[in-house]
Amino acid sequence: MHEYSLVQSLLSRVEQEARAHRASAVHRVTVRIGRLGGVEPGLFATAFENSRRGTVCEHAELEILTEAVQWVCSVCSADIPPGRVLACPSCGWPARLASGDALVLENLDLEVPMEIASHV
Amino acid sequence: MCDACGCGDTRLVPVELHERLMAGNDHTAAHNREHLRAHGVVAVNLMGSPGAGKTALLEASARAFSGSERLAAITGDLETERDADRVRAAGIRSSAITTGSACHLDAEMVHRALHGDIAHGADYLFIENVGNLVCPAIYDLGQEANVVALSVTEGEDKPLKYPAMFRGADLVLLTKIDLLPALPRFDRAAVEDALARVMPMPRMIAVSAFTGEGIEDWMEWMRRLRGALHPQTAGVATGR
Repeated sequence: MHEYSLVQSLLSRVEQEARAHRASAVHRVTVRIGRLGGVEPGLFATAFENSRRGTVCEHAELEILTEAVQWVCSVCSADIPPGRVLACPSCGWPARLASGDALVLENLDLEVPMEIASHV
Repeated sequence: MCDACGCGDTRLVPVELHERLMAGNDHTAAHNREHLRAHGVVAVNLMGSPGAGKTALLEASARAFSGSERLAAITGDLETERDADRVRAAGIRSSAITTGSACHLDAEMVHRALHGDIAHGADYLFIENVGNLVCPAIYDLGQEANVVALSVTEGEDKPLKYPAMFRGADLVLLTKIDLLPALPRFDRAAVEDALARVMPMPRMIAVSAFTGEGIEDWMEWMRRLRGALHPQTAGVATGR
């Protein structure tokens, strides 16, 4: 259940960003989680639900973008479908993971008081 | 209502970050790696299920390396220092991290253990992670290689069920091969096939901590890793 400790570091990172922008609240947090990232999106969402009370994310929407696994040949870039042996069927070279291991905090929508926002 | 002027209106300000959720851990791991490299210590993150034979492997390594190389170990468990005691009894300097309820080690825990000077003067540092095939996979600790212990009684399809763990492995140690006579249906080719579907460059060494079979190959693998990182001292370690 490392999702809880990941959410803790996410919350403190967002808190830091909100302070820097003098935001009064966070409207939306967008993260990207790959299928091979080692994090379960459902558990991550639950951990977020259970951890955000009293934080700047108390009313924030969590948007989770998932990322499919894509293996390609490290030389000819041919697609190697997941579940197959991870070597290129035509040239034999080992596969490279082109995407699917992301664990990324993409962006935030912060609610910044008009008075402050108009001066930034 | 906004705190600044009381107008009550806010504006949505988008902030683009595109940074890894693990950025804090990655930073500490990089610091650990730099410290260990500067001191000539080759660190290995040893992972696997509870009961895969990680501690027994360290005991067997202690016997095999004894006299020629200096070993140190950090052992992680939720409770007790039993593994550290076992490893210490085998002659490896060791320090226990008890994680409480945490299911994995992170770079900060290893950093604190390193401050205890556990790795000082060591050629190899084994970081025995909490027994778990899920959570430890995503935490960089500052190691040079990930080694996953997979015992012959766990089922040949474990790599397919836990792909994130095995994808990140530099080496899989198939442990407890002394039990094979009691496991007539064990299919080594099936393990190799499963690994080939989750590891782009699968590498497996079969070992028995009990009989010592395969331990020499494992030591050779470790020494090659050391040779690649610290070529100036590799001759001493490998006898070449």
